[in-house]
Amino acid sequence: MWIIAPLLCGLIFGAGLLISGMVQPTKVLAFLDIFGAWDPSLAVVMVAALAVSVPGFMLAGRRERPWLAGQYFLPGKSEIDLPLITGAGLFGIGWGLVGLCPGPALESLATLSLGVVVFVVAMAAGMITHDAWQQARLTAQRERLLVSATDG
Amino acid sequence: MADFTPVSAAIGGALIGFSAVLLLLSTGRIAGVSGIFSGLLNLRSEDKGWRIAFIAGLILAPVIADLIGYGMSPPKLPSSWAVIVVAGLLVGFGSRLGGGCTSGHGICGIGRLSPRSVAATVIFMVTAIITVAITRHVLGG
Repeated sequence: MWIIAPLLCGLIFGAGLLISGMVQPTKVLAFLDIFGAWDPSLAVVMVAALAVSVPGFMLAGRRERPWLAGQYFLPGKSEIDLPLITGAGLFGIGWGLVGLCPGPALESLATLSLGVVVFVVAMAAGMITHDAWQQARLTAQRERLLVSATDG
Repeated sequence: MADFTPVSAAIGGALIGFSAVLLLLSTGRIAGVSGIFSGLLNLRSEDKGWRIAFIAGLILAPVIADLIGYGMSPPKLPSSWAVIVVAGLLVGFGSRLGGGCTSGHGICGIGRLSPRSVAATVIFMVTAIITVAITRHVLGG
């Protein structure tokens, strides 16, 4: 029955995107369009979300482990490196072009819009491309290390 | 600021924050949608159950809303398929390279006070704002 928890979280997350209007690209683009008829709603969404998540995460941090799992799965990196900067930069360009990011894009699949399906397939292709490229880079790196080890 | 909707934005935002806290407290996972989704694309990963459940909930939300009379209209997208495909590729590749998206960095990462997430959020906001400025005001989209 533990599967109920992530399902419920997805439902609440989706309800939040629906109620705030952030599932609509027009609403997101109106926030990003600071030189046009600017709509600051997205900023209010972020502030309200953080007003709940900051104390909530602090509370979670005080607990040894989550209710339904043996451990927390938290990102370990802390330094601001080139992949982070490049990746966030590219993400922003794609987000600004259409006004969809992964959450609203997946949620919009419910409308059976062909444009959304195409966007989600392209997004998946972008993710797979990245992961395959990383994998190839790691393999090449390992081979170089092996070669230099036998050379020495 | 004709379309500013602070009340619904605050209610919706609080629900998103609550969902992120509930997911962390229950499953120990971060509610970053790009990370949750990309884990489904990796054939070797074994922890697919909770990912499928979360995304199923996300897609079911508008279906349930429709049943109680709050139907969601299909999103308005650019007429050019090329723009949609390029945007999707950039969002997918960029979110993986940058280690997160609007939810993972913008809500969860900043919520955990991570400097990486603050930096990522500032950067993608800036490039998105520049992109919209160019497409709407320079090219006159």
